[in-house]
Amino acid sequence: MTLTPEELTAVLLSLKVAFVATLGSLPFGVAIAWLLARKDFPGKALLDALVHLPLIIPPVVTGYLLLLLFGRRGLFGGFLAETFGIVFAFRWTGAALACAVMGFPLLVRAIRLSMEAVDPKLEAAAKTLGAPPALVFLTVTLPLSLPGLLAGLVLSFARAFGEFGATITFVSNIPGETQTLPTAIYSFIQVPGGDAMALRLTVISIAVAAVALVCSELLARRMSKRLLG
Amino acid sequence: MTLEVDLAHDFGGFRLDARFACAPGLTALFGRSGAGKTTLVNAIAGLLRPDRARIAINGRALVDTQAGIFMPPHRRRIGYVFQDGRLLPHFSVRANLLYGRFFAGAASGRADAIGFDHVVDLLGIRHLLARRPGTLSGGEKQRVAIGRALLSRPELLLMDEPLAALDAARKEEILPYLERLRDELKLPIVYVSHAIPEVTRLADTVVLLSEGQVQAVGSVPALTGRLDLFPLTGRYEAGAVLTATLVRQEEDWGLSLLRCNAGDILVPRLERPIGSSLRIRIRARDVTLALTPPAETSALNILAGTVSELKTGDGPQIEVRLDCNGDALLARITRLSAARLALAPGKPVYAMIKTVALDGGSLGRPR
Repeated sequence: MTLTPEELTAVLLSLKVAFVATLGSLPFGVAIAWLLARKDFPGKALLDALVHLPLIIPPVVTGYLLLLLFGRRGLFGGFLAETFGIVFAFRWTGAALACAVMGFPLLVRAIRLSMEAVDPKLEAAAKTLGAPPALVFLTVTLPLSLPGLLAGLVLSFARAFGEFGATITFVSNIPGETQTLPTAIYSFIQVPGGDAMALRLTVISIAVAAVALVCSELLARRMSKRLLG
Repeated sequence: MTLEVDLAHDFGGFRLDARFACAPGLTALFGRSGAGKTTLVNAIAGLLRPDRARIAINGRALVDTQAGIFMPPHRRRIGYVFQDGRLLPHFSVRANLLYGRFFAGAASGRADAIGFDHVVDLLGIRHLLARRPGTLSGGEKQRVAIGRALLSRPELLLMDEPLAALDAARKEEILPYLERLRDELKLPIVYVSHAIPEVTRLADTVVLLSEGQVQAVGSVPALTGRLDLFPLTGRYEAGAVLTATLVRQEEDWGLSLLRCNAGDILVPRLERPIGSSLRIRIRARDVTLALTPPAETSALNILAGTVSELKTGDGPQIEVRLDCNGDALLARITRLSAARLALAPGKPVYAMIKTVALDGGSLGRPR
């Protein structure tokens, strides 16, 4: 099975967008998961709801909100473009942002559950051994929640790789710039004779998802063996 | 080293209000479950923020709610051995041992502290270094946990019922290590326990806690000899503790002869050098009284003394305190027996104790 240049571009762009979206959102995901799992503060329920919002509102609404916030004339978009030269609108970076936002609830949920399962008594023991709070987190909490972190990464990657609604709303469907695998499939279905191409991309998207799932399963098994001896 | 604790804390309808000071050596916080022992050590370690407290080591305040001082736990230099071990499951035994040492080294750079090899040999855990905590037995885990706490170069060691989760055989496995710790390292230890045998064997000072209050503070013989504390120390296990010296081994009979102020006592053979000093707890329920020296009895130990105090309880029993040449001995008999013998303070009596009643759980080693 050989791919046309157009198809190959869409596949590679999708992978790039998914990787950047997942890895870029990871630090934020870990931080927010930790806040939700271990801290009590006013507005915690609000933060929790905000994080979960992309999971429950229609993707097209998320995309439109992103457009309002990060578009060229958006609330943050103009500022970011002028100050840092970062432009999201109708660029692949915008696709990555849309995918990151859509995958974020899955990432945070998985990490948070995993962190909540870490016994606070172990953290207390580390404190009595002289570890300051930041190092308790890095040497106890984080390593022991790695399986959940990995699961979150896979879920968020899969979500990013398949994201359609928010992406097409926010950054449109420009071949070579913002046309990811799902939007490419959508385009091929719209044109006469595009069925074969759409089908081939469909097979690829299933294959990528399957490979990601198997890899994460293997990693998780090795990890829990290492963690629990 | 002195540890001063003055603390009040309310939680869930329970009020802990305790005040005591610890001298060097091993201080046992003794009391039943729910007496507030763990809350107290958690406050000393900094894992709990008390409502009102002043806790100080050598005059250095760890907590002083009035002055607004609360030192975070990682800066207190207090080792803590938990009941449930709490080894870090993702590290090897070696890494667990070095975890606290790493932070202690970064903080102080002192060279006088106990070394890694010394701790490993003291606790007999060298063969475990490469293993994971998940593969260790309960007793091995506790030994590693003790080593880990020691290597964090603490100024004070807290032990919260470190033997409670272990069976009798594992307890016997660890107790000698705790004795060595106490005698060799000169490290002050606060030891939480609700088991009389452990306290008898290990403690220099006992702080008796009940329902959140300190009821008494004193040495083991002083506290165990007091009839008024019987309900708190536990009726079944309660008894007087005497200090004795091992004078002779009776090889043919498998017995050891101990000498204390009250007289000579034969016990099941002890593997200790002649001349070593130890503690012996004689449970009140194992002591029988007679008015004349009994002849032709199977009881090997007959001690002469005079009745010094009688205390009647709720039931058919009466507790009798004897003065045997300066040593206090306790006996629990029925009120009927006491009436038949017409026991009263000042009356001379003979106390009989079966040798087989004095098992390993009754013997300890003072420093």
